[in-house]
Amino acid sequence: MNILQPRDLKEALDMLAADAESMTPIAGGTDLMVSWPHKPHDGLCLLDLSSLKEELGSIVVTDDYVELGALVTYWEVIRDERLADLLPLLREAASQVGAIQIQTRGTWAGNIAHGSPGADGVTVLMAYDAEVVLASAAGDVVTPLDSYYTGYKLTVRRPDQLIRAIRIPLRSRGVQWFHKVGARTAQAISKVGVAMVREDSSDAPAAWRVTANSVMPYVCRGRNLEQELASGRIFSSPEEIRRVLDADVAPIDDIRSTAEYRATVLSRLIYMQLAG
Amino acid sequence: MDKIEVTFTLNEVEVTRSIAADSRLLDLLRYECGETGTKEGCGEGECGACCVLLDGLPVNSCLVPAFQVCGRSVHTAESARPTDLEKLNASGTAQCGACSPGVVMVTRFLTQNPDVARDVDLRQFMSGNLCRCTGYDGILEGVKSVLGDHERIDSDEGPA
Amino acid sequence: MSVGDSLPRIDGIDKLGGRTRYVDDIAMPGMLHAGTVRAPVARGVVKKIRFDPGVNWDKFVIADHKDLPGENVVATIQNDMPALVDREIRYKHEPVLLLAHRSIRKLREALAAVRVEVEALPAVADPLAPLAPEQVQHGDDNVFKRIDIRKGDPAAVFRDAPHVVEGLYYTGAQEHLYIEPNGVISYFEAGRLVVAGSMQCPYYMLDALTRAFGRTRESFRVIQLPTGGGFGGKEEFPSILAIHAALLAEKSGAPVKLVYDRVEDMAASTKRHPGVVKHRTALDRDGKLLAMEIDVVLDGGAYVTLSPVVLSRGALHACGAYSCDNVHVHAEARLTNSPPYGAFRGFGAPQTIFALERHMDVAAGKLGLKPEELRRCNLLKPGDTMATGQVYREKTDLAALLDRALTYAGYETKRREHEVFNSTHPYLRRGVGMASFMHGAGFTGGGEVYLASEVEVEAAADGSINVLTAQCDMGQGCDTTLAQVAADRLGVAVDAVKAVRPDTSIVPNSGPTVASRTIMVVGKLVSRACGDLLRQVAGRDDISGEKAIAAIRAWHDGNPGGRLIGRAKYAKPVELDWDEDAYQGDAYATYGWASYVAEIEVDLRTYVVRAVDFVALQEVGKTVNPAIAAGQIQGGVAQGIGWALYESVALEDGAMSNTQMTNYVIPCCGDLPPIRVYFEEQPSQYGPRGAKGIGELPMDGPAPAIVNAVCQALKINVNETPLTPERLMEHLEFADHG
Repeated sequence: MNILQPRDLKEALDMLAADAESMTPIAGGTDLMVSWPHKPHDGLCLLDLSSLKEELGSIVVTDDYVELGALVTYWEVIRDERLADLLPLLREAASQVGAIQIQTRGTWAGNIAHGSPGADGVTVLMAYDAEVVLASAAGDVVTPLDSYYTGYKLTVRRPDQLIRAIRIPLRSRGVQWFHKVGARTAQAISKVGVAMVREDSSDAPAAWRVTANSVMPYVCRGRNLEQELASGRIFSSPEEIRRVLDADVAPIDDIRSTAEYRATVLSRLIYMQLAG
Repeated sequence: MDKIEVTFTLNEVEVTRSIAADSRLLDLLRYECGETGTKEGCGEGECGACCVLLDGLPVNSCLVPAFQVCGRSVHTAESARPTDLEKLNASGTAQCGACSPGVVMVTRFLTQNPDVARDVDLRQFMSGNLCRCTGYDGILEGVKSVLGDHERIDSDEGPA
Repeated sequence: MSVGDSLPRIDGIDKLGGRTRYVDDIAMPGMLHAGTVRAPVARGVVKKIRFDPGVNWDKFVIADHKDLPGENVVATIQNDMPALVDREIRYKHEPVLLLAHRSIRKLREALAAVRVEVEALPAVADPLAPLAPEQVQHGDDNVFKRIDIRKGDPAAVFRDAPHVVEGLYYTGAQEHLYIEPNGVISYFEAGRLVVAGSMQCPYYMLDALTRAFGRTRESFRVIQLPTGGGFGGKEEFPSILAIHAALLAEKSGAPVKLVYDRVEDMAASTKRHPGVVKHRTALDRDGKLLAMEIDVVLDGGAYVTLSPVVLSRGALHACGAYSCDNVHVHAEARLTNSPPYGAFRGFGAPQTIFALERHMDVAAGKLGLKPEELRRCNLLKPGDTMATGQVYREKTDLAALLDRALTYAGYETKRREHEVFNSTHPYLRRGVGMASFMHGAGFTGGGEVYLASEVEVEAAADGSINVLTAQCDMGQGCDTTLAQVAADRLGVAVDAVKAVRPDTSIVPNSGPTVASRTIMVVGKLVSRACGDLLRQVAGRDDISGEKAIAAIRAWHDGNPGGRLIGRAKYAKPVELDWDEDAYQGDAYATYGWASYVAEIEVDLRTYVVRAVDFVALQEVGKTVNPAIAAGQIQGGVAQGIGWALYESVALEDGAMSNTQMTNYVIPCCGDLPPIRVYFEEQPSQYGPRGAKGIGELPMDGPAPAIVNAVCQALKINVNETPLTPERLMEHLEFADHG
């Protein structure tokens, strides 16, 4: 097993430009290292990003956006008081990822890069209309998070690119809500999770963003539901929401839960949140 | 498997070890440094028995690659303050002891970060340490005993 | 005076500070790491074992069934389970071949490089399904054991009963999930094979070794190392590891460490027997139990192992703490091609008590009675007889015990508050449920006679006292509490007393650390051994403290170099009478009695149930160490709540498939409320200072109390565990409401 430890971002990107296909970037390792002794390591080449904390570890707050560097952890966001008011769903999601031992190591960028369909961080980032800043030796490319995934663990990231930062626009948000259903209160992978954000503006109708995890091969937006909500439709039962969601999501049975449970619970959660 | 050399501070002492490149921090501690106080309960980062402090933050050492520990500081249960251990034991925190070292390190983190101890719901905060013996009351009593009277949000004391 | 003191655990500081050394913390020079090649199918015949030529097999120690010097069996009750597969495979993950190597890395690679080629045979998956002739593997009907308990004439009563209530109850398997997985280390010392490791029963292991190697007990030495949790999962199961490690140690001449990682441990080790219990109950108009017909089927897995005894305890607890004159319990343990199900705290009683206590609520509902009313009028009173005819002679008024539990729980107030809450909250519902039950302490009936337990207490010249038993501290604190018992009896400081490490070359066989017997049965023997010691030094056993120490010193002065050892051996109390053939009489010397009350909250958006308050009230004779006892109750309640709501064993080819902690979910800290424990004490003559057994008691009550609470909150009838959110959703959305 090979370990590459670039001293700065430029060196990391140059390494990737030379031979990206063979490299696996690793930040906190909370996904990659699970059941590590059971995984084959011969032939693996790890690109260790952990020493790039200076360049990639900052939380930047401006008037228009918040930028999380690629190595910013869940715990750092939880403890950043500025974010509590600006982007409350970040703290909510972060504090329900695993437990303290995972929160201190897991990164938001890692959550995006790993592409788990149940990603809690991605769910709220996407609801906030976050953008992913992809860096490479050839320069930066910015992609909206909700176009980042093309399939199960398939993304638009080229092998020679690294997530450098996550940019979250600051808007006037009248509704911000996140709910995670796991098998227990903490230390649980999501069975189903949802975030809803309503962006208000004085000169345009409210725009809704509804994101859900564990109901598609990747975290997704419920665009049909968003349109219905934007049109002002009032739902009078969870079943009505379910009928609209059926066009947006396709949950499956797996080791953690069932398709029926996921679809039913998603509709009920959304219904009660809107009704409440 | 290739070898790498790792130099880090373990319980205030600088150590250097030559280890397999794919070692986890847990392996480095238990097998290379002989510090067997940190336990492997699951190998998947779920149970928290392997919890140590890395640069003062609680981490599951089964998920930390050893190569990321160079130049950093690690604290394990062997470095716990005797008075903390007395208080934990007096509260029934340990039964079989397999989860105990991990609990001790999270406790240590809280004593070193009283602002965190003040802010968190202790029952929620300790949820990264799975225990099969105590039902958690003995653990919480112990942690509260060590923390003393810090003001703290605690769901045990909230309204039913 | 020691007993009754909440002394801090004597081994706690070392455990907390990481200084306690469990088996995986030990390394020996030249040590080999061992691993197990396992069967890939639930049932079949081995055709060929293929070794990948890419591995240098000369560097490995390899052992198969032919290497066993004695019998290829893991000795338990019927000795039908092989230590290593010969030809026939009866469960997926059954051990076929053993490998050992200096490098654990090379071992792991090698384990993946052996292929066991099999011809599959029709496996049995469902213990209730009718059998095809080619599926019969045990006896002529795959039934490991049948037990019938009869009292009165139930059939006659059913004909004219005003009410007949039927119910069918399912309980799932449960994985122990001790935080320290199974492991042993074996090595030669002074010409003898030593096996040391994580275990509950060193003498069970010793007997398994003597059988598999065809040698005397003196050829082996078994040592219990600090054990990170057991709960029954290290009762009979580690005997397999012992045989395997010792075999490799003998073949190689090197120390061999065999430790299972979490995935292997979950996949291959024992679990709680899944159960199906059918109730048919006749009641009069006031709710008095007239007759009970109870049918119990436990899934025993592929081999007999301990199923007959689990079945026994399950059957003997099936009628619970109620008085009923006409009873028929018919219980069967049956074969399926799963890894054998085994000992797990409660040992059959949680299964039958779940069914009974759910059924009492169902019956109460049908009769229009409150659940507490139905229980009050049926709980045993002095002079009443239990299902086996055992007379209830305890001093506790069980109906009053229930009432006290309800009072501590604030039951009436909560019921009223919940009615309001449930009718106003958009999606949360709250409920309270109860369970009244008992747990027999010690081995059943003639079991303790069969065990013939012995203990020793040794006093050194300096006044230090050693307690020598085979009881293993696996977290329940017996190293501390047995020392307290001896210190109390002798009137000396507990600091002067030490329970020595269970080592078969040093301690007598005081029996296994199971069946809630350690404090009551073995503690009583420790107390008697202290008495024997005092008689040796003073001619009388009613001295203590300074006088005792002086007499001990004087004895040593008069016997330089001598060993002063007090002894005691189990003697069946003459007043106890048990007929094993008829299953009649005094099933257990005594029982712990309990009433538990659970308050839950259900989120109707997600069907997630969480416990929000729990009261555990029990009468236990005497708490030797109240803090340790409370910790035992709390831990048992947590396990019971886990079994009720969170823990689900998924099967594939009969074996557990969700073999990771992320997918087999036990409650974390945030899932549980403070567990409120109350003790009452009616000292029993059968235990030291009146102490009865409590280790398993807390496992029996939580699941029915929790499920009763859910059913009360939602006005449904759910009769299974685990009641996961998915299952609750099925009930609410798709099933008839009860």
